[in-house]
Amino acid sequence: MTSTKLLEVDFGVGGITTDMRPRPLGDDLHSDTMVVNLGPAHPATHGTIRIVAEMSGEKIVDADVDVGYLHRGFEKMTETVDYNQVMPYTDRLNYVSPIINNFGWCHTIEKLLQIEVPKRAQYIRVILSEISRVSDHLTCLGASAMELGAFTVMLYMMEAREDLWDLIEDVTGARLTVSYGRVGGVKDDLTPDFAPKMHAAFKKVRDHLVNCDRLLTRNRIFIDRMCDVAVMTADEAVSYSLTGPMLRGSGVNYDIRKAFPYSSYEEFDFEVPLGSKGDNYDRFLVRFAEMEQSLRICEQAMARIPDGAIAVSDPHIVLAPKDEVYNSIDGMINHFELVMYGVKPPKGSVYHAVEGANGELGFYVVSDGSGKPYRAHVRAPSFIHMGSMRKMLLGANISDLVPTFGMINMIGGECDR
Amino acid sequence: MVELFVLIVKVIFVMNLALGLGSLCTWLERKGSALIQDRVGANRAGAFIVSANPVINVLLAPVRMMGWLGVIGTFMCDPMKGIWKEDFIPEGASKFLHGLAPIVAVLPIMLAFAVLPLAPDFYAWGYYIHPRVAPIDAGLLFVLAMGSVAVYGIAIAGWTGNNTFSLLGSLRAVAQMISYELPMGMVFVALIVVYGTLDVYNIVEGQQELLWGVIPKWGIVMQPVGFVILLLAGMAETKRGPFDLPEAESELTAGYFTEYSGMKFLLFWLGEFAEIALFALLLALLFFGGWDIPWVTLPKGVWWAALLGHMVLMAKVVFFCVLQIVIRWTLPRFRYDQLMNLGWKMLLPISIANLVVTAVAKVML
Repeated sequence: MTSTKLLEVDFGVGGITTDMRPRPLGDDLHSDTMVVNLGPAHPATHGTIRIVAEMSGEKIVDADVDVGYLHRGFEKMTETVDYNQVMPYTDRLNYVSPIINNFGWCHTIEKLLQIEVPKRAQYIRVILSEISRVSDHLTCLGASAMELGAFTVMLYMMEAREDLWDLIEDVTGARLTVSYGRVGGVKDDLTPDFAPKMHAAFKKVRDHLVNCDRLLTRNRIFIDRMCDVAVMTADEAVSYSLTGPMLRGSGVNYDIRKAFPYSSYEEFDFEVPLGSKGDNYDRFLVRFAEMEQSLRICEQAMARIPDGAIAVSDPHIVLAPKDEVYNSIDGMINHFELVMYGVKPPKGSVYHAVEGANGELGFYVVSDGSGKPYRAHVRAPSFIHMGSMRKMLLGANISDLVPTFGMINMIGGECDR
Repeated sequence: MVELFVLIVKVIFVMNLALGLGSLCTWLERKGSALIQDRVGANRAGAFIVSANPVINVLLAPVRMMGWLGVIGTFMCDPMKGIWKEDFIPEGASKFLHGLAPIVAVLPIMLAFAVLPLAPDFYAWGYYIHPRVAPIDAGLLFVLAMGSVAVYGIAIAGWTGNNTFSLLGSLRAVAQMISYELPMGMVFVALIVVYGTLDVYNIVEGQQELLWGVIPKWGIVMQPVGFVILLLAGMAETKRGPFDLPEAESELTAGYFTEYSGMKFLLFWLGEFAEIALFALLLALLFFGGWDIPWVTLPKGVWWAALLGHMVLMAKVVFFCVLQIVIRWTLPRFRYDQLMNLGWKMLLPISIANLVVTAVAKVML
């Protein structure tokens, strides 16, 4: 109380107080923090998020990460359409690798139906999933490199992605929103000349990857920017339930393709790249190495792909061949039933996860026995990874925000659903 | 009277050269980055111009060609767009300071061109002509001083933006430019020690001789370390290449000129590219013999030798412009603390050591 009075005393010398008590240093230096609002429309926030960073100089002392700007109600929308009609919605989850989302949904419903799709369909799923994974990683690494100022690397990676998307376009007929998965199989068979095209494209992709590797991996500036930034130890990574490259960057060997193989993944020989420190550079290296492993899986699958059907032959699940529909009353009724009411799985609930490009992409579906899901939920890896963003940002430089966010590879569609 | 006329001609020539080189760098950057990145680059504006009159149509062929090369887009459309766009001044900003900042940032760069010689001196119609606007003795110091004045423009731009991004960008820019001026100054001092003069013209003349009768006495031979330091410091000074943190678009949207639009923005842009040209010119003059062609002695004071020398110098300038652009499109960006470490802990000690070694060598030999 006395101190406030002392401050208020005007000794009549031009309003200058003669308070000589030592004050904390901060008072003189004006070391207030500054609040910087990044996003939702900011060049670094590809996808729409908002980060309100409280900064002391260039250091982030606190950060409020705000997601949800791209919420479209995916889960609610699934309740209004039948199981196959959800496919276009899943395209728009992680729109950089839509095929993996398609197949994730299909696998979930097939688990509910307790059916197994034919070997050929499984192999096609593996091939296209892995191509999508590579294209996703290319986008992630390219965008991150661009944000660190290496614009050229991004365009090289985009070029490699073009080659992969040409392959996808060949098979699915679309480049971005493919809607290629079907409950019980896939929409179309591979094109006859897919194998030579794939090998030619992979050769080009590998050339581009070598270039990008030379431009980035041992680039001193790049290493300095990425190393020791946003470190997550293995324990922390697990406790924040990180998955995918984020988790493997911290050195935890968990890959759903190995841990809970689906779609014949156990038949392929591939390695799971692991990081050691859990910083951004490790995540970068893990993603880079995963691309090569994915290409290897594709080549193995292409070499061993069996002939046969591309979907189960149950007319209650997959549309029957057209001559059956036109020539028999059973076929006609089945077709009608399936188009009007959709696939009808038994009552129950199921959770199934696939290894998405960003991590564990899980679908939880509750069925009431009708043709439409009663409730569906997506375990989107981006959303869960964004939960660890604040922890990784605290104490970092504002420039570190960019590679950290880039390595999380938040995809707005998936995160906000 | 004739002196005044010659001076006016020189001012117009140098001003146009500075602006022209700046625009040329813009074009080089657009097409060069496109080449590096497997793109096509600017190729639309003017590329499809046709006329119903077949004669005019044939005459338009070069215009179409230039349009296809992106020349029209860069040299005509961009400035016109800049002039016609809305000049947006943020709320709460001082109109005067907001308008002053781009001028303060660009004018010093243009002024620095005034003291740099562009060709050897020559006689024309009985007059002895210095091909530079201001033949002053302390040319090098003037260049350094102008570089420091340009900092004010950026500081003002950051403050008047009334925006956290502008503020952070301008703080970064100011710290960066001041830090990198020190090693640059040290390199200049080492050059002064080697050539014994502050006048850029005399430094260039000093490089015409041969060292031990074999190697040209170019700055790069006499001061290899100095060259590397000046190249790095120059790129940091232009706030480009791996040193473009003041305008790091992924962090600070556009850095200190976030709140600028139209012609004011274009002025910053032009100043940046003019600065690239300025540093290319400095590197060519101080380290690559200026208008010197190795082992070739041109007659002194003849107009055609001066013209040839000017062309040689410009070729070297374009080479260094291209070099800076290639570096800019190859390397990622530094972080602020790494940049400061590089400046204060690497370049400054090395440049001081370089100066000491140079001075000792000069005294001993």
